[in-house]
Amino acid sequence: MVPISWYLILSAILFSIGVAAFLIKRNIITVFMSIELMLNAVNLTFVAFAQQWHVISGQIFVFFVMVVAAAESAVGLAIIIAVFRARSTLNVDQVDVMKL
Amino acid sequence: MHLALFLVFGGLCVAGALNLLLQSHPINSSLSLVVVMSSLAVLYLLLGAEFLAAAQVIVYAGAIMVLFTFVIMLLNAGREERTRGSKMAYAIGFPGAAVLLCLLAYIFISHSGDFARVHVGEYVVSTAALSGVLFRDLLLPFEVTSILILIAILGAVALARKEH
Amino acid sequence: MTDLHLWLIPLVPVAGFLVNGLFGRRFPKALVTAVAIVAAAVPMLQVASIVYRFSSLTRPFIESHGTWIAAGAFHASFAFQLDQLSMVMLCVVTGVGFLIHVYSIGYMGEEEGYWRFFAYMNLFLFFMLTLVLSANFLLMFVGWEGVGLASYLLIGFYYTRDSASNAGKKAFLYNRVGDVGFLLAMFLLIAHFGTLNFSDVFGAIGSNPAMHGGILTAIGLLLLLGAVGKSAQIPLYVWLPDAMEGPTPVSALIHAATMVTAGVYMIARAHIIYDRSAIALLTVASIGTATALLAATMGMMQNDIKRVLAYSTVSQLGYMFLGCGVAAYSAGVFHLVTHAFFKALLFLAAGSVIHTLGGEQDMRAMGGLRTKIPVTFWTMTAAVFAISGFPPLCGFVSKDEILYQAFVHSEAGKVFWAVGLLTAGLTSFYMFRLWYMTFFGESRAVAYEEAAVHARHDTKLTLEAEHAHHVHESPKSMLVPMTILAILCVIAGGLGWPEGLGGTNWFSHFLAPAVSGAHLQYEPVRVALATGGIGASATNQAPAPANNLEIILAIVSTLVALSGWCAAHLMYYKRRDLPARLTARFHAIYSLVFNKYWVDEIYGALVVAPVLFIARWVLAALVDRGVIDGGGLLAGCTAQGFGSLAARIQSGNIRSYAGWLAAFAALLLVAVYFGWTTHFGIR
Repeated sequence: MVPISWYLILSAILFSIGVAAFLIKRNIITVFMSIELMLNAVNLTFVAFAQQWHVISGQIFVFFVMVVAAAESAVGLAIIIAVFRARSTLNVDQVDVMKL
Repeated sequence: MHLALFLVFGGLCVAGALNLLLQSHPINSSLSLVVVMSSLAVLYLLLGAEFLAAAQVIVYAGAIMVLFTFVIMLLNAGREERTRGSKMAYAIGFPGAAVLLCLLAYIFISHSGDFARVHVGEYVVSTAALSGVLFRDLLLPFEVTSILILIAILGAVALARKEH
Repeated sequence: MTDLHLWLIPLVPVAGFLVNGLFGRRFPKALVTAVAIVAAAVPMLQVASIVYRFSSLTRPFIESHGTWIAAGAFHASFAFQLDQLSMVMLCVVTGVGFLIHVYSIGYMGEEEGYWRFFAYMNLFLFFMLTLVLSANFLLMFVGWEGVGLASYLLIGFYYTRDSASNAGKKAFLYNRVGDVGFLLAMFLLIAHFGTLNFSDVFGAIGSNPAMHGGILTAIGLLLLLGAVGKSAQIPLYVWLPDAMEGPTPVSALIHAATMVTAGVYMIARAHIIYDRSAIALLTVASIGTATALLAATMGMMQNDIKRVLAYSTVSQLGYMFLGCGVAAYSAGVFHLVTHAFFKALLFLAAGSVIHTLGGEQDMRAMGGLRTKIPVTFWTMTAAVFAISGFPPLCGFVSKDEILYQAFVHSEAGKVFWAVGLLTAGLTSFYMFRLWYMTFFGESRAVAYEEAAVHARHDTKLTLEAEHAHHVHESPKSMLVPMTILAILCVIAGGLGWPEGLGGTNWFSHFLAPAVSGAHLQYEPVRVALATGGIGASATNQAPAPANNLEIILAIVSTLVALSGWCAAHLMYYKRRDLPARLTARFHAIYSLVFNKYWVDEIYGALVVAPVLFIARWVLAALVDRGVIDGGGLLAGCTAQGFGSLAARIQSGNIRSYAGWLAAFAALLLVAVYFGWTTHFGIR
C-alpha cells in the first residue's frame, strides 16, 4: 500500500528535473523534450489525485492534456524544422534575434 | 507487491529523466524519455487508469517520441556544443527549480496525512466509464479537440514545407 | 423711499469700463467720451438724488445682495451700506471724479490711448465706489485692491516709457506691503469676532465697554499699516512722487482726491477700534505729523511742478492722519473733503499749464504766464491760498480745526500742534514758491531750453513745434471744471466753520453719528431712512471749545501762513538770486533734502537688493533650477536607469527567459502557499 503522497513527490521530482533540463540543455529538440517531461509529471499528479478523490475528472483532464501535447509537439517540431532551415543551427543560444 | 512495483518503475522514471538531463546527444535523451513514458504508463495502471496507460504508450511513447526521433534524425542533430549561454539561467533558474522542488515536497510531505493510500484495484476507471463521460458530458470539448488536432496538422505541414 | 439701489452706483462705471475697454478701440472719439462721461455722471446724479432726499439717519442703511462666503460660522455677503461718512465720501468721489472726467476730455484729447484712459478711469471709479459703499471689510478690501490696480494701470498709462511702467509697479508693490497689514487685521477680526461686517464688529466692540487695548491695538496698528501703504505715509510714501509719471488727471483724481484718501476713510470708519486703543491713536498721529513735516521739507526743493504737488499731497495726508490720530475724525474727514477740492484743482491747473507749454513740467522753465493764461492763473491762485491756510478759504477751516483739536487733545497733542504749525508755514512757502515760479517774472522758457539741451524726460504729450509754439489758454472742457473747483475752494469753508469762531460747524454735526463715540448702538436696518430733523443728539468728541483759545490759535496759524508767503515773495519775486546763494551756503543740507533724504536709495539697498539677490541666486538658481528641475531630472534619470536595468532581461536568450520564468513561478507558488494572496489558502 503506497501512499498517494509518494506519487505526488515523484511527479514533483520529475517536474524539477524537467525544469533543470530546460535550463541546461542547449539543443532545441532536447529542450522541447524536457517540456514533454514536465507535462508528463503533471499528468501523473492528475491521475494520482483522481485516485485520491475517486473522481473521474482527473483522468479526463489527462486525456485532454495528452491530446494537446500531441498537437503542440507536432507544430513545435515543424517550427524547429523551419528554424533549422533559417539558421542552420539547433543551438538555442544562437537563436536570439528577438532581443532589445 | 504494489510497493515493489512502485519503487521499480518510479526509479526507472527518475533514472530516465536524469539520463535525459545528462546525455549530450539528443538521440540518447529521446530514448531515455521513451523509458520515462513507459514507466509512467505502468504507474498509471497502478493508479487505476487503464485507458490512460494505454493511451500513454500509444500516443506518447509511440507517436510523439517517434516524431521527436524522426526529427532528430532528419536534422542530423549532433552532440551538443558547449556555448556561452546566459548566466541568468544558472544564477536564478536553478534556485527557482530547487525552490519549486522543495516547496512541493514540503507540501506533500506535510499534508501526507490528508492523503489516502492506494489500494490497487480499489478504484479502477474503465474505458467504458471514461468514454461515457467524454461522449456525453464533454462532447463539445472532445469535438473541439479534434479540430485542434486538425489545425495542428495543417500548421505542421505549412511550417515544415520546403520553400520553393 | 425704502430702496436706494445702492448697487447701481458702482455698477454704471463698471459697465462703462467694459464697453470702453472691450470696444473702445474701434469707437469714434465722441462715442468713447459719451460712454465715459455718462458712466461718471450717472453715479453723481444718483448720489445727488440721495443727498437731496436725505433727511436724517441714526443708523446705517445696509443693502445686502446675497452671500459671498459661507464657511462654517463665517459669513460674508455683497452688502452695501450708507451712512453719513459714506455719503460724504460718495459726494467727493463722484463729484470730483465727474469734474476730472470732463477735464480729461480736453487734456487727453490728442492721446493714442484715449479709449483706454477712460476705460481705466471708469474702472477706478467702480472700485473706489465699492470701497466706500461696502458694509464689510472684505468687500472694502476688494475695492482697496481694485483701486491699487487701477492706479497701476493709469500710472503706467504711457507704458512704452520705462520710467512710467516702473513707477506703476512701484506703486502697486508698496500698496501691497501695506495690504499685508490689512489682511492680517482682517484675519485677527475673523479670529476674534467671527465676522467682518462693520455693524457686527463695531456693535460687538460698542456693547462691550470694557474692551480696551490688546487685540484692538493689534488690529488698529495692522489697519494703520494698510492705510500707510495706500495713503503714502512714512515709511511707504515713496511711490507717490513717482506716480506723477501718469497723466495729470490721474494724479488729480487718484493721487490727490480719492485713492490716497482711502486710508483716512478706513481709519474714520473703524474709529471705534482706535477710540479704544490709545497706543494706536498715538501711532496714527505721530506718523501723520512726521510725514507732514518730512514731505513739506522735500516739497520745498523740487523743481518739477507735479513733484511739488505730490509731496504736498503726502504732507496734507499727514494732516488728515493727525486729525484722526487725535480722535477728531470729523476734522480729518473735513480736511479730506477740502483737500480733494484744492489739491485736485492744483493738479488740474498744473496740467493746464503743462498743456499750454506743450509738455513742460520743470518750473525753472516757466514764468510770465500770469497774463497769458488768466483763468488758469486765477483758479490756481484760489487753490494756493486755500492750501496755505488763509481764511476764509476751505483749507484754513479744515487745517485749523485739526491743529486746534490736536492742541486741546493732550500734552503730546501740543507737540503735534507745533510741528503741524511749522509744516503749515512750510506748506505756504513752497506753494507760493510754485505760484511765483510758474506765473510771475519773465518767461524763462527759452533760456532754460538753451541751458538744458537734452530732451525733457517728463514730457508725455506729443510735442508741438517748440519754438513756434505760442502760449494760449486751455480749452473750455478743462477750464470749466477748474472754475467749479475754485468756487468750491472758496465757499466750502462755510460748511465746517468751527463753533469757536462763530460758526455752526454743520459738517461736524452731520458726520457725528457715524464717527462719534456715542454711536454705540450700531445696528443695521433695512427700512426707510429715519424721518425728522438732523440727528444732533450726538456731539463731537472734543470738549466744548473755549472761544478765546480757538481764536488765538486761528490768528497764529494765519500769521504763519503769511510769513510763508512773505518768504516766498522775497526769494522768488523780489530777489531771485537768493535761492542760489542759500543753496550754495548750505550745500550739504540742500543736497540731502533735494535727494529726498536718500530714502529711495536706502530702501533699494536694504530691501530691494537682498530680495533680488534671494530671488536670483537662491530661488531661481538654487531652488528652481537645482531642486525643482533637479527633482524632475532625478525622477527621469531614475526611471531611465531602472528601465535600462530592466531591459537587460530582454536578452533574446531562451534559456535566460526560462530561468526568469522558473524563478518567478517558484516565487508565485511560495506566495500563494503561504497565504500572501487573499484568494488562495491551502492552509
